[in-house]
This record gives sequence, C-alpha cells and structure tokens, in this order.
Amino acid sequence: MSFFEKYRQYQDFAFADYFRSLGDGDIQRIIQKDRLSELDYLALLSPAAEAHLEEMARRAHGLTVRHFGRSILLYTPIYLANHCVNRCVYCGFAVHNAIPRTRLTLEEVAAEAQLIAATGLKHVLILTGESRKHSPVSYIKDCVGVLKKYFSSIGIEIYPLEEEEYRELVDAGVDGLTLYQEVYHPAVYDRLHPAGPKKNYAFRLDAPERACRAGVRTVNVGALLGLHDWRSEAFFTGLHASYLQNKYGHLEVSISPPRMRPHGGDFEPVEKVRDKNLVQYILAYRLFMPRGGISLSTRESAFLRDHLLPLGITKMSAGSCTAVGGRCQPEAASQFAISDERDVPAMVDMLYRQGYQPVFKDWQTL
Amino acid sequence: MKDDLVIGGRPLTSRLFLGSGKFPSNRFIPKVLEASGAQVVTVAMRRVDTDFAEENVLQLIPKECLLMPNTSGARTAQEAVRIARLGRAAGCGDWVKIEVISDNKYLLPDNYETIKATEILAAEGFVVLPYMSPDLMAARELARAGAAAVMPLGAPIGSNRGLKTKELIRILIEEISLPVIVDAGIGRPSEAAEAMEMGAAAVLVNTAIASARDPVAMARAFGLAVAAGRAAYLAGTGATQQYASASSPLTGFLREE
Ligand code: SF4
Repeated sequence: MSFFEKYRQYQDFAFADYFRSLGDGDIQRIIQKDRLSELDYLALLSPAAEAHLEEMARRAHGLTVRHFGRSILLYTPIYLANHCVNRCVYCGFAVHNAIPRTRLTLEEVAAEAQLIAATGLKHVLILTGESRKHSPVSYIKDCVGVLKKYFSSIGIEIYPLEEEEYRELVDAGVDGLTLYQEVYHPAVYDRLHPAGPKKNYAFRLDAPERACRAGVRTVNVGALLGLHDWRSEAFFTGLHASYLQNKYGHLEVSISPPRMRPHGGDFEPVEKVRDKNLVQYILAYRLFMPRGGISLSTRESAFLRDHLLPLGITKMSAGSCTAVGGRCQPEAASQFAISDERDVPAMVDMLYRQGYQPVFKDWQTL
Repeated sequence: MKDDLVIGGRPLTSRLFLGSGKFPSNRFIPKVLEASGAQVVTVAMRRVDTDFAEENVLQLIPKECLLMPNTSGARTAQEAVRIARLGRAAGCGDWVKIEVISDNKYLLPDNYETIKATEILAAEGFVVLPYMSPDLMAARELARAGAAAVMPLGAPIGSNRGLKTKELIRILIEEISLPVIVDAGIGRPSEAAEAMEMGAAAVLVNTAIASARDPVAMARAFGLAVAAGRAAYLAGTGATQQYASASSPLTGFLREE
C-alpha cells in the first residue's frame, strides 16, 4: 500500500459538510483526548476550532515539553545548484525564469561549509533544483563527501529519487530527507506543475517511503500553503506523516508548514493563509502527533517565529540563505525571499531568552 | 547502616538517576544534581556537542558524578554498539545505557536488539545498563548477556503516567538478581517512592523534573522521595513483611510439640 491509497480514502470526503457538523462541544472533547483519530485531527483544523486556539495551545505546549523538552534543533540550508527543468508556477528557480544558473564546485561547497561550521551549526540541509544533468546523484554524493567533514547530520531536499539512489546517498552519509509534496490535491498539483518530471505526482508522493526503505532516519514532509485550500492540505500532510510513522517505526518524522513567499516569478497565492491559520495547523498537528517534529523556516518573520516557538516547534533554520553560494557571494539569485534574517548568535540568544536550549547537534553519522 | 547501591564496582549513595535531555539548558544539570543528590546522569551521545561551550555536558557534570552516555537514536543493536564505542572514545567512560528503539511512536524499547547489544558491549568491558520493556525472559537474557543492571520502563517515556507496569516490575525484582532500576514513566515523587518501596534498586527520572515549573525544587523532592521509599523498603513495608526477622513467628510454636 502507498500513501496514495490513504489519500484516496478521503478524496471525495465532504470536508465542508463535516466542518459544518462540528460544534464547540466536539472540539472541546477532542482537545482533551489522549489519542486523536484522523477525523479528530481534521476537526481541529476546522473553522469551528478557531474559537479554541488558546485551549489547543496549552495542550500543545504541554505535550511538546513532555516529549521534546525545552530544546530546539537549529539547522541551515545550503543551496548547491539552481538549475531546474521544472516549471512550478510558484518558484523563482523555475526553468522559464531568466536568472543566472550556477552549481557550486566542490571547493565552493567547502568554502560555504567552513562559513557555516564556524557558527557552530552541525545539521545542514542541502538543496538543488531538479536537473539530473546538472546536479546528478553522483554530484550530490560528492558534495556529501565534502560536507561530512564539517557536519554531524546531512539532510537532502532535492528532486525525488529511486530507492537505490536514496540508498547510495544514505551510504554516503545522508540521514534525512525533506520533500514537500507542495500540493496533495492531484488536479491542482497537475495545474501548478505544467511541465517537467515533477509533473509525476505519484512518484513524488511515494518518494519519502522509498527513502525510508533505503534507511534514512528522518523524513520531513509538507504542503506549500497558499497553493490550495490550507485545511485539507494540512490534513493530508499530517496524514502523510502519520502514515510514514506507522509504517516505519524507527523513523523520526516531522512536518513543515511553509507559506508562500515572494519569489522570482509572478504567481500569486490562491489563498491567503493567515497567521492564525498557521497557528491552528501547528496546534492541531501537535495534538494529533504528540511525538512528531515540526520544522519552521526563515520564511516566517522573527516576530512570528518567536511566538510560534512554544506551540510545538522542534526545529528551526537559522542564518538561512536561499541563493546558490549565497554565503560567499551575497548578490546571487534567491529561490524565495526569507523573512527572518537573524544570524546564528541572534537565534541562540533568542532561544535562551525564551527558556529554550539551542541544540546544534542531535545526531552524528555512525 | 550503609546502604550503597553497587553497580560495576562503583558504590552509589543516591538511588536517584537523572536524565538530562529536556532541560532549557544543560547548565541546569549541575544544579539539579546538587539539589537531588543524584550521582548518575544519563546523556544522549547524539546530543553531546563538545564544540558548544555553554552546552558541553562533559564539562558541566561535576567530577564526583558519573556520566552514563545513552544510545538514544539507535534503531538496531549494531547502531547501539557503535554509539557506545563513540561515547567511550569521546571520554565518556565505561558506563552505557543501551536504548534501542525501533518504534518512535511510543518509544518502546526493542528487547531483542537490546540483548544483542548488551552481549557485545559487556564483552568489551562496558558497564551495561539496558533500558527494556519489563519482560522476565528478556531480563534473564540480559543478565546472562552480562548486564550490570536492568532498567524496565514504568510507562512509555515522557508519558508521566506513573508505574503502569508495576506488576511486571515486581516480578523482575523478585526473580532477577541484578539491580532493577525503574526508568521512564515516573511523573511524581510519590511514584518514585512507590517504586523504591517495592524494592527497586533505583529510579531514573527526566521529564518529571525537567518539565516542572521549578526543576531544581522538583529535583530535591525526588531525592527525598527516593530516599524515603528506600528507607521504607528497608524497614519492611506491608503486612507480609512485618515479621521479616523471625522465620515463622506465628506458627513457630508448633515445633515445640
Ligand atoms: S520548486 Fe523546485 S522543482 Fe519546482 S521550479 Fe523550483 S527548484 Fe524547480
């Protein structure tokens, strides 16, 4: 069975009718439950639950402290290449955007790594666009070989691979996979990905599972909020995480709730996802998956990140840069604009002030 | 009366072990150790970051205390063995708490892999304290494999649910000659006292202290509760042990016949 079958169980579900059927009593009862069903999770994503955010927040905070303690893992992205053959309408790196295309040489990778390592960070996430010609698996592997000398944990956020290829990268030292489905709704997905290999919805949907079989330790999934109705997209993201956790018991699963940011293209979000929607999503997911990680990127503002922190966040990026080689060459083109520009010492400071332990290392390659 | 707990040849006066994972900063650890009197503190090797001065546990733990690295994150015996060796190489000493977890949803230990790891590490001279699900057969295997103690869970990690596995732990205490250290699930000092009254050799507490409003005060409370529970155990709790010293105080007279 693949997650697609789970998706299909809800494909024709009458979301609006279900939401209408929910009253305050239902929401209150669900908030107090020990174990939430899938439909309980959906109920907490409903408009009716918006009146109960404070109660949800208290419970979410308590669960997070119990299961994760007061600590936040800090990591940072490294963009290796921005060549891309896809036409995702919402992305600055899409093939139709006229931007300078580059790929870091291994020397440049080492130079970026040195700059990052000097800040104390030990977890990195490497990113590329989708171009098997410019950034083949062999290139990624070589980069991992360089990065291994500087960092204790390396995650990848690249185009979906075959299981064998994932295994190659795991053997090379990769321990985590981040892969956003972007949109779980197949028809919308098809529309927003007009051409290129990314058009293959199912191949992307099952990629996290292939990576699990290949032995990655952590998987982070997500929907890009703003591309389609956020409530159902949040629902399917949570279901995806839960599906993977149930099937691969050893997995450390997490979600990201990324919202659309300004980028090099001209696509506008279909739907405005407000701060309170983001909060509701984080809280509902925490109640549904008490031990699931939640990763928050610098797409969000410093103010918002500081306030989201106690609601269930477990990982945050710091000192981010979304351009290839952007740490060494500040003028490079970005995939999207970041919002929280704080460097690592500023993040560390903020965490201590809020009573949280900044964690630089939470795994080490064996 | 001297009532040291001796593990791996090391006498311990405190029967409270501390977990270190969930504090707002590792700088809490020395204060919590001091307040509770605990001498053994377990630290996840995966988190040990010797480059990060403020959070380097190796520097923060007082010399008279014992650091017990744990293999958190290990999915198999092999991974646990590798993590344990990394710990020893990093200067964390010979003690190791084996944690092999292949279920991240409930964080339940994998007894089978744990036994395998224990066997390998004990043979390499480690003082092995395996975290386990309280199962008698597995505990016997761990003893045979060379464990220095067994650490059954009272309830799933982080659940603060108390001694849900009490009856199974009681059986381990009765049947296994190794120290039985109740690890995980203890949410309040009264539950720690309860485990000690029952005859547990020690208890390990993390979440309940780290998530308290005042962790240092809670640490002190746990120290007292563990000492009280132990004293009660030694004093002989409950009707069944009232006459522990005489062999048959109520029917012994029959021998006179
Ligand atoms: S989102 Fe990724 S695949 Fe799509 S255009 Fe941007 S870089 Fe390429």
